[in-house]
Amino acid sequence: MTTFIIRRLLQLIPVLLGVTILVFSLMHLTPGNPAVIMAGESAPEATVRAIEARLGLNDPLHIQYFNFLGSALQLDFGVSIRDNIPVFDHIRPRFFITMELAIYGTIFAVVVGLLAGIVSAARQYSFSDVALMVVALFGLSMPNFWLGLMLIQWFAIELRWFAPTGWGDPNQIALPVIALGTAGAAIIARMTRSSMLDVLSQDYIRTARAKGVKERIVIFRHALKNAMIPVVTVIGLQFGYFLGGSILTESVFAINGLGRLIIDSILQRDFPVVQGAILVISVSFVVVNLVVDISYRFLNKRVDLN
Amino acid sequence: MTTKQLLKVENLKQYFPIKGGFLGRTVNHVKAVDDISFTLNKGETLSVVGESGCGKSTTGRAILRLDEPTEGTVEFDGQDVLGLSKAEMRKMRSDMQIIFQDPYASLNPRKTVRQTLNEAMEIQSVVPKRERNDKIIELMETVGLQKHQIDRFPHEFSGGQRQRIGIARALSVNPKLIICDEAVSALDVSIQAQVLNLLKRLQSEMDLTFLFIAHDLGVVRHISDRIIVMYLGKIVEMGETKSIFENPQHPYTKALLSAIPVPNPKKKSERIFLRGDVPSPIDPPSGCRFHTRCPFATDKCREETPVLEAKDEIYEGKHTVACHYALDIQAGKHEAKYEMTNVRKALNE
Amino acid sequence: MSENILDINDLRTSFFVEGNEIKAVDGVTFQVPKGKTLGIVGESGSGKSISALSILQLIDDPGKIVGGSIRFKDEELTTAKGSRMRNIRGNEISMIFQEPMTSLNPVYTIGQQLREAYKIHQGLGKREGTKRAIEMLELVGIPSPEKRVDQYPYELSGGMRQRVMIAMALACKPELLIADEPTTALDVTIQAQILELIKNLQEEIGMSVVMITHDLGVVAETCDYVAVMYCGKVVEFADIETLFENPRHPYTVGLLNSLPRHDIDQDELVPIKGSVPAPDEMPSGCRFAPRCPHASDICRELPELETQEDGNDVRCWIYTEQWDGEKGVKVYDNETTS
Repeated sequence: MTTFIIRRLLQLIPVLLGVTILVFSLMHLTPGNPAVIMAGESAPEATVRAIEARLGLNDPLHIQYFNFLGSALQLDFGVSIRDNIPVFDHIRPRFFITMELAIYGTIFAVVVGLLAGIVSAARQYSFSDVALMVVALFGLSMPNFWLGLMLIQWFAIELRWFAPTGWGDPNQIALPVIALGTAGAAIIARMTRSSMLDVLSQDYIRTARAKGVKERIVIFRHALKNAMIPVVTVIGLQFGYFLGGSILTESVFAINGLGRLIIDSILQRDFPVVQGAILVISVSFVVVNLVVDISYRFLNKRVDLN
Repeated sequence: MTTKQLLKVENLKQYFPIKGGFLGRTVNHVKAVDDISFTLNKGETLSVVGESGCGKSTTGRAILRLDEPTEGTVEFDGQDVLGLSKAEMRKMRSDMQIIFQDPYASLNPRKTVRQTLNEAMEIQSVVPKRERNDKIIELMETVGLQKHQIDRFPHEFSGGQRQRIGIARALSVNPKLIICDEAVSALDVSIQAQVLNLLKRLQSEMDLTFLFIAHDLGVVRHISDRIIVMYLGKIVEMGETKSIFENPQHPYTKALLSAIPVPNPKKKSERIFLRGDVPSPIDPPSGCRFHTRCPFATDKCREETPVLEAKDEIYEGKHTVACHYALDIQAGKHEAKYEMTNVRKALNE
Repeated sequence: MSENILDINDLRTSFFVEGNEIKAVDGVTFQVPKGKTLGIVGESGSGKSISALSILQLIDDPGKIVGGSIRFKDEELTTAKGSRMRNIRGNEISMIFQEPMTSLNPVYTIGQQLREAYKIHQGLGKREGTKRAIEMLELVGIPSPEKRVDQYPYELSGGMRQRVMIAMALACKPELLIADEPTTALDVTIQAQILELIKNLQEEIGMSVVMITHDLGVVAETCDYVAVMYCGKVVEFADIETLFENPRHPYTVGLLNSLPRHDIDQDELVPIKGSVPAPDEMPSGCRFAPRCPHASDICRELPELETQEDGNDVRCWIYTEQWDGEKGVKVYDNETTS
């Protein structure tokens, strides 16, 4: 197990390098001189030169990359062009909001998805199975920004149960979490259903029944732990998508998270901020996947064998 | 009787690498087949028997180069099989065919009998195009399928019929040698008998040679002229069918034969129980590989690997065995270390 | 015949697929005498496993028991409540299955799976359960059981896993053990261990056994009585010696004639012609008639399972007064007459 974790950590290095290269190129391979883009088309030559010098844009590309990498390792992503505040200070508070949103979204997706999937599988072809799977298909096909808008329309504006915008209060949290988590819940529900059906037809389930185990325990203890093995991977991926998906949700619900920061910064051409925010999201995604891989390993002891 | 040698296998080894460690290096080998030699004469049926993991299927695959052998030589009809180029090997395959255990898995589900047989003949181009249709019908009749089933798909046949298609496919290229890898193991006994009879009939009609790989010793006794008994990648005993069954020499062969339930309630045989399970072929036991489970084992067995040899006094040179004590056990001079007829004692060792 | 622990009468289990009824078990009748071993033999599709699963009501959808009775110690099981069935399973009647590799739950240790049986039926806690689990593992001949108890199934060989299955089935000392092809997936030397073990434990616990198998050798070695099944029906029920020496039904004879033997020299195998009919082509009369070398016009009607003078049963017109053809069927060199 320890060797496995060490190997996984070592494998992380090339992945993270790749991520930084991509994020780095984002700024440097986009057409046009970044300094001109930052300063604006009509800025005087001297201003452009000054920006170039400040950003080290005259150095060879690989030197620039290593400088960028070195600073990024110390969580120094430069300063914002708008207000000269260090990028990291912009990111930090918003990062926690986005993480909160993604975590709640994941919890919502997992709880709703698992329950729906288990019920569906336990009562295959029943009315509740068909109904749940139709709803899941709906949830899957609905774009989350549209769902967000609909939720605001019904529950915030007409019924006034929840606040339409913002983040922090319980009544502000519910709608964005549902908007963000619904698609994930649908995916997890479908995945859980098929995985459970597969497991329920296994020989060891028959063994459990032949032992006199109650049906409820057959499902929740004997089947679920096995069925979870493929589902865990999906949950991990979902969490990653939620980090990215938060961009739309945060815009719809006017939440001051990383996603919104990225959009605002793109609109204002605040490239250091965009760069830093994307890097943080990417790294979180990679780390989450690592955690999923390791927990997968704990769940499925057989992987150890190979 | 003049016998012509068709296949000669010498010092065949098949090691499969095990990858591991940080960089996926080869850390060890599964020694699936470890230095075996035997010959197969034209027109005879030689069976390879043994329990799972003994290397019997690997041997068949290695001869056909379905897995490239690690070491050794395979000579077929005087030609060095392992030295052939890819193109030459493809041509050679029309002489050497294989039938697998699961006919369903080895037939393309989207191809009819006609297409399957046509394709086999096309690859080997042994039959001119015009004559193929007649040949297909002839083949189907040979293996006992109806002419009107020619355009049916594998799923429309029963297990026994599918195995007949597999046999027809093997026959379509006029092979000299057919390797039957557990070819009748998956069939019900009434169907199995049909297929066994078919194989026997084909052998005498078409002058075929069979290398028959099987674990069912009833089937093996019925079909073979000679038998090879394998254990953990090595041949432990080899001889004519009758002498193997009626006068087994190796303690493993004896245990194996005694373990088979006899379909006669009045004939309860004295059973020899082996202790434990078959060890891993990754780090096989030193010396005689059977020593960990053998009730007769001594220090010599742990250290020296016994040679497969004829012990002339009793075997007339046709029956070879790899055991240091075969003669002594036979003569009652070497006794077992523990009681072999009590299952509890064997299991708890 | 001694008292019967299990008495199955006209059991019918069907599968309902796309509006069609497939009669997997079509009027099965047999008895298991107390303390004895009954073998159920038949080829694939004969309904032998489904009959066994029906006893414990372990038939999955879309299968259903549609008729007949299963009496266990004079208690009707086909109408028993779910809670009563759970009480019986693994406690009074246990079952072991064909595939030891897949019959244990891969994500729980051997000990956890064994303890569960003690917890359900005897309310034992973790410590007492573990102690009993280790005793049980020792009883089935697993070396260093106190170590094995904490291992996962993948760490054990096939033979070991089947012994764990047996330990689990026998944990609560059941009165009846149903073994569904318990050694089919195992090598012969391991099979010999397992069969001997079951026999020893049967004597120690005093239980009855239903041994389902396709291997006539296993039947000859382990059973006292045999029910031969073909296409969902019992065609012959006999004590073990009669079955092998004086088989009556042409199907039983065909099976014995098809069997390649390792213990004697045989010139030729005599197979049964044709193959098992598909469910939609099932003959309405004697199911075996299309493959039977003796079939005559009367075989278009279904014969009853009738008891013969020696107390054994056979379902064949040859042994009735209506039969006008040649009497008797042939197996090996023994001529058998009605």
